[in-house]
Amino acid sequence: MTGIVALYIFMLAAFTGYEVIARVPVILHTPLMSGSNFVHGIVLVGAMVALGNAVTPLEKAIGFVGVLLAAGNAVGGYVVTERMLEMFKSSGAKKAGGSQGAH
Amino acid sequence: MQELFTAEALIQGSYLLTAFLFIMGLKRMSSPVSARSGILWAGAGMLLAVLVTFLYPGMTNYPLIIAAIVVGSAVAWWSGRRVAMTDMPQMIALYNGMGGGAAAAIAAVELYKGDAHGLVTMVLAVIGGLIGAVSFSGSAIAFGKLQGLIKRSFRFGGQQVFNLALLVGALVLGGLIALGINASPAIITAFFVVALVLGLTMTLPIGGADMPVVISLYNALTGLAVAFEGFVLGNAAMIIAGTVVGSAGTLLTQLMAKAMNRSLGNVLFSGFGDSGGTASGEVTGSMKPIEATDVGVMMAFASKVIIVPGYGMAVAQAQHKVWELTQLLIDRGVTVKFAIHPVAGRMPGHMNVLLAEAGVPYDLIADLDEINAEFDTADVALIIGANDVVNPVARNDKSSPIYGMPILNADKAKNCIVVKRGQGAGFSGIENALFYLDNTRMLYGDGQKAAAELIGAVKAVG
Repeated sequence: MTGIVALYIFMLAAFTGYEVIARVPVILHTPLMSGSNFVHGIVLVGAMVALGNAVTPLEKAIGFVGVLLAAGNAVGGYVVTERMLEMFKSSGAKKAGGSQGAH
Repeated sequence: MQELFTAEALIQGSYLLTAFLFIMGLKRMSSPVSARSGILWAGAGMLLAVLVTFLYPGMTNYPLIIAAIVVGSAVAWWSGRRVAMTDMPQMIALYNGMGGGAAAAIAAVELYKGDAHGLVTMVLAVIGGLIGAVSFSGSAIAFGKLQGLIKRSFRFGGQQVFNLALLVGALVLGGLIALGINASPAIITAFFVVALVLGLTMTLPIGGADMPVVISLYNALTGLAVAFEGFVLGNAAMIIAGTVVGSAGTLLTQLMAKAMNRSLGNVLFSGFGDSGGTASGEVTGSMKPIEATDVGVMMAFASKVIIVPGYGMAVAQAQHKVWELTQLLIDRGVTVKFAIHPVAGRMPGHMNVLLAEAGVPYDLIADLDEINAEFDTADVALIIGANDVVNPVARNDKSSPIYGMPILNADKAKNCIVVKRGQGAGFSGIENALFYLDNTRMLYGDGQKAAAELIGAVKAVG
């Protein structure tokens, strides 16, 4: 990947992130923050590559810690976000027999 | 060679799909109707990306990788399942800090190896490492403060100068590494140590009330760090996901700071968040107590009741009882709404999560802009565990520290009932003028007990 292509990706992704959540209601701020926290858990794939290419014991040790932390970020972020969003129901969905209100 | 090409194509194609799923997932998470499916989409993307990464050509250390994933995932799964909803903000801080630490670890491995080449790559590796390390240690402090492990704010004279010196130190060391002047292991180690210390000293003086903004900021910063390290590794999925989080997180941070009437600069450099001694303005009048039975009658025959819950309600675990009370009133034909101030919980939206946990449907819950005009027509405003967010001095007393903060106009209701444990001031230590108004009555007692009494009182009306 050349530098300029990376810059394009960077710029477009920045606009995307801004637009995607620009109209989010306050009631979803906490779950959304948790959700975006989960998304940067993608650092796990980078940590895996770093550890996969580590050679010296020091690199392996740091890489191991990196993967450990990244896995915690991804899994923990997923679990708490899912737990929070699972509880959001409308009164309509409740009367219809407690369906999840999402599909 | 042919085989290597297909593995590469499979990996890149999967990363593209992952980026798509992440963005769609976040999009769905920004509406309450589709939010639940959003995290499932994003989760599927993550799973896909992690699985194909095992196919990366030339990787070794598979046992180590799998062991780290298993241990990290198991601990996070276990802690994430059992954390109480009231403790959610600090848990998010903790997981976020782990991501920052991981980004810093990637930077460290690449820098120690000396594999990264080219000025831009080196600069991004160093900056990503710096941000990741600051986010890691800073988030740890944020966790400690909200969890109550760190009770006081550490401030000393010249602290900001000291922090600035640390930042300059980190940048100089980083510059030596990035420009290839001296990238010895000793310099790299010193760079990361200074960055970690900077995260600690930056976060320690910030008060607990401001912590949500800080957590949100670190969340955005971790996203950026991930994007930078993604550039170093040539990993498009990391660049896209990291940048999306970086910009979405920045916007979210601004929204939160605005909701709390604090500028980001104020949060980071002033340290108001837990100032206890700035109480100002004597309030005249007296607090007038009321009995639960009287409140029960008042609410049972009201046409509209607005409930203003605060963090105190959640601490008393009263949300289930409050919902039971609400259902009783709705059955009697009373219109009941919940008015949520952006900072009603520990962070914007936190109270909605706590009410959702108790089973309150989200369409009964209104935020500040929607509900404020309705207090004029409400017979009863029931304030339970909230304080500063209904304090009218924010509207009219220029000398008050909370002057200008948007508040819920509970004082406009015909009757204000304040459920409160005692007569003390709020989180910010500011006297609440609402408590002394002619249309306000105080119902003293623990939130849970008071709600139970109210349920009994409404039932007794028959």
